[in-house]
Amino acid sequence: MLTEEIKHEIEAEAERFERKQAACIEALRIVQMHRRWVDDESVRDIASVLDMSPDEVDSVATFYNLIYRHPVGRHVIRVCASVSCWLLGYERLLDHLIQRLGIAVGETTADGRFTLLLNQCLGACDHAPALMIDQDQYQDLDVANVEAVLEHYQ
Amino acid sequence: MATIYVDNKPYVVNEGRNLLQVCLSLGFNLPYFCWHPALGSVGACRQCAVKQFKDEKDKRGKIVMACMTPAAEGVRIAVDDEEARQFRETVIEWLMANHPHDCPVCDEGGECHLQDMTVMTGHNYRKYRFPKRTYQNQYLGPFINHEMNRCIQCYRCVRFYQDYAGGQDLGVFAAHDRVYFGRHKDGVLENEFSGNLVELCPTGVFTDKTLKGHYTRAWDLQTAPSVCVHCGVGCNTTPGERYGLLRRIHNRFNHDVNGYFLCDRGRYGYEFVNGERRVRTPLLKRDGALGPVTRAEALTEIGKVLSGPAVLLGIGSPRASIESNFALRELVGPDRFYDGVSARERQLLSAMLSTLRAPGVHSPSLREVGEADAVFVLGENLAEVAPMIALQVRQAVYRSTVPMGERLGIPAWHDSAIREAIQGRHGPLYLATVTGDKLADVATRSWCAAPDDLARLGFAVAHCIDPTAPSVSDLSEELPGLAKEIAGALRSAQRPLIVSGPSCGSLAVVQAAANVAISLSAAGAQHAALCYDAPECNSFGPALLDGHGLDEALQAAKSGSVYAAIVLENDLYRRADRAAVDAFLEGAEQVVVIDHTVHDTTKRADVVLPAATFAEGDGTLVNNEGRAQRFVQVFKAQGDVQESWRWLGELSRTAPSNGAWQNLDHICTRIAETAPALGEIARVAPAATARFLAQRIPRQAHRYSGRTAIGAHVNVHEPALPEDPDSPMAFSMEGFPSTCSSALTSAYWAPGWNSVQALNKFQAEVGGPLRVGNAGVRLWEVAEGHDHKYFEVIPPAFQSREKEHLAVPLHHIFGSEELSVLSPSVAERAPASYVAVNFRDAEALQITDGENVQLVLDGIPYRLPVRILPDLPSGVVGLPSGLPEMSWVKLPGWGKIVKEVPA
Ligand code: SF4
Ligand code: SF4
Ligand code: FES
Ligand code: FES
Repeated sequence: MLTEEIKHEIEAEAERFERKQAACIEALRIVQMHRRWVDDESVRDIASVLDMSPDEVDSVATFYNLIYRHPVGRHVIRVCASVSCWLLGYERLLDHLIQRLGIAVGETTADGRFTLLLNQCLGACDHAPALMIDQDQYQDLDVANVEAVLEHYQ
Repeated sequence: MATIYVDNKPYVVNEGRNLLQVCLSLGFNLPYFCWHPALGSVGACRQCAVKQFKDEKDKRGKIVMACMTPAAEGVRIAVDDEEARQFRETVIEWLMANHPHDCPVCDEGGECHLQDMTVMTGHNYRKYRFPKRTYQNQYLGPFINHEMNRCIQCYRCVRFYQDYAGGQDLGVFAAHDRVYFGRHKDGVLENEFSGNLVELCPTGVFTDKTLKGHYTRAWDLQTAPSVCVHCGVGCNTTPGERYGLLRRIHNRFNHDVNGYFLCDRGRYGYEFVNGERRVRTPLLKRDGALGPVTRAEALTEIGKVLSGPAVLLGIGSPRASIESNFALRELVGPDRFYDGVSARERQLLSAMLSTLRAPGVHSPSLREVGEADAVFVLGENLAEVAPMIALQVRQAVYRSTVPMGERLGIPAWHDSAIREAIQGRHGPLYLATVTGDKLADVATRSWCAAPDDLARLGFAVAHCIDPTAPSVSDLSEELPGLAKEIAGALRSAQRPLIVSGPSCGSLAVVQAAANVAISLSAAGAQHAALCYDAPECNSFGPALLDGHGLDEALQAAKSGSVYAAIVLENDLYRRADRAAVDAFLEGAEQVVVIDHTVHDTTKRADVVLPAATFAEGDGTLVNNEGRAQRFVQVFKAQGDVQESWRWLGELSRTAPSNGAWQNLDHICTRIAETAPALGEIARVAPAATARFLAQRIPRQAHRYSGRTAIGAHVNVHEPALPEDPDSPMAFSMEGFPSTCSSALTSAYWAPGWNSVQALNKFQAEVGGPLRVGNAGVRLWEVAEGHDHKYFEVIPPAFQSREKEHLAVPLHHIFGSEELSVLSPSVAERAPASYVAVNFRDAEALQITDGENVQLVLDGIPYRLPVRILPDLPSGVVGLPSGLPEMSWVKLPGWGKIVKEVPA
């Protein structure tokens, strides 16, 4: 069930558009903001608020890599795995993170602190390798300096 | 017309098409996936690459997608170009990287567009040696099997399902190399047209689940051209048989009727043919019980009565062919031939028929329905009663917006751009129905009311269009405005269409729709059309043979006369009150039932003769528009099963009457001589004596296997081929696989084209009519002149009653039709019986959803669970029509709902 608060936020968004279906992405973002991820029930609830079918909402939800349809940890690490970062050795960085966190890509640490994901190009090619944690971007990373970055996120 | 150059040769082609369409129409083998003649272009698959040149000096050219490039004057392209060819091959190679190599176990194998295109591009060896992407498959209900690994991301399925058919529960999920076509969660695909995915998907992702239950390769199926028997639309079908079992129904293209598609009732209703309730031998009642006898015994038994003093009454059937109804009429005489439908239905059908045949009223083909630019639906929940009409109405409201896109310079075939431009807008569609309708999502306005009020709206619309049409006094608040709006939309359209029919059981509704059509023609509309749906596959047949009312026959029980009855393919308990039928059957000297399936009436018979189903016999059906269409025998049934008209012919030879026909052509000639309305019947298909290059047309593909081995466990000698005295087709793979007559073509094949897409090769222009013309003959065309005779009787506004409710029939695509519901897959989708009530009435009666109540109708109590239907008008309750457990209830009728008091 969507809380009244979430529902109101979605309805407010929907009013800005000629057809309320256009607010679908925003609705997903709102739910995720409150709950960290979007579960099946929320997909169905959004659908009923916006007069869509769950299938239509889910098509949108699963298309965007920033909408999570699985539970994630308190912080999401997205390691860039595209060309520049590959040239400059993101794989070493990634291996280190996998070791350090004890999880594979796509998994969440047992304490719920981190989820580890890959991303294609973060637009920081001139400072590769790069990664993002939540809303923050970090550049020119290596095994040595990544530890300090993680420390900011408890 | 435009001149384009393909591989340096000039061709004159239709302007306004894309290059893929014209190349295919010109006969080039250009591979494609995402484009479909009925769906248009999106450019998703990149398979149809050709090279385009600026002018004759341009030697380099550039690769373009043929399906996304207009065939404009002077365009120069190369199909046969090394780089373009390589490109096409590479596209297939990419698709093949993830496509499993599982053709031997794939149901699509042998009729697979992906196989054909792979061979066509020359991609013969796979280089990819790594793990393939795999998916979980979903449970999609009883009709469709899902095998996602085979997907090549052409997007046809979702484009058909969502854009064309209006479905909402099939989508595309995720992104890049992991897109997934399926449902949000496992579950039944809800759209009535889901079965078309089987033919649309160019690979084996969506396949026919019922076929899987008795699987046979396409090339091993014996087929013949046929017509759907599950409603009055008469969609053309290709049933396939092997080893005496009917295995599937495929679409058979008829540009005037169903085009490329079928509804799920039509595709999956076929299993009644294989059902356990089939009558396979003659049955005779001895000591109160029916048991099998030889045909001679059965005929002798009937012969005794035929030559006796009893008056012979013949009860025909709207689900039996013209020939069978006629044969019955010949045997019993025109005075004692009855149409076999309820009195109410008879009244509605004859009003519809006489309106459709009146001058000035055009009865449109199904294709024309889809070309209308303003539609007014009066009384019919089309998706439930005549699904393919609903599908075409949906196309009509989409198509009428295409000019909006064209004004922006977008060609009509550019489906994705047009849909982007129109942003979900749609042409005028007005729905006036008793309860909410599945077309509501594209309707300009939907209005639910009791049948009498629907009729009043119709009469009011007619009066707005032509002031000389009878006017409706004291219309309630919203109605005058609505009537004016509908009248305005119809008046300003080029091709206005009214759709109505008998399904809410109201003569006033049928007449009101007629008045709207007449008013449009009186107001000078050139191309106005009136489409009535008909409930059964030959609803108009018995009426065209001037059958008398069934109720008159039932009176015989009371008259004290000595009579016997022959009942043709009809369960009278679905037509009339149980007590009246009981009395009629009991009072008869002898009751003979000729039918293929056991039902309550066969159980009461003295003799039952096993009739052929549509798949086992030949005959002609007249559809809702007045088109006579032939179905040809697909296979010879075992034992004594034969067409009802053959049985009746045999009976006439034992009796002192004159109907001594031996084959279909004999009887058709006789019909043409005796029944003027059916004079064209012999033209419906070539005579049995017709030959093509001196040969018959084979029912089996040239790759049909096992012919010499098929019966080897019984006899190693190849058996003689069965004779076919009724059509020029042979039960063989030999003969001339002619496509000279679309009435005799069930399957299309061309070298390199083994899938349903081979059809392209037989159309004058891809997507258009067949080169040899479309099957079927219209029995009447619109006559010149206007018939200004309006129906004058306008019912008073509906008044709800204090203690009673008006019970109306609610139809279900799965469940309401007698034969299809005998298919296990269709039965699985049928609802349980219920009584539908709206919120306010439920509150007043203090009943809730799911609670059991008693509904007393005509003094008979029915115990039913309540279903809350918000759209139902107050004072009206709905009962599911035709469900086996409540096969005949006289509807509409006033009934009383009694709340159950817990004991
Ligand atoms: S499932 Fe079939 S129709 Fe749908 S995208 Fe895949 S290959 Fe195309
Ligand atoms: S619309 Fe009617 S005739 Fe056509 S396939 Fe469906 S049931 Fe058969
Ligand atoms: S490739 Fe990593 S930021 Fe662009
Ligand atoms: S058919 Fe042209 S891109 Fe798919």
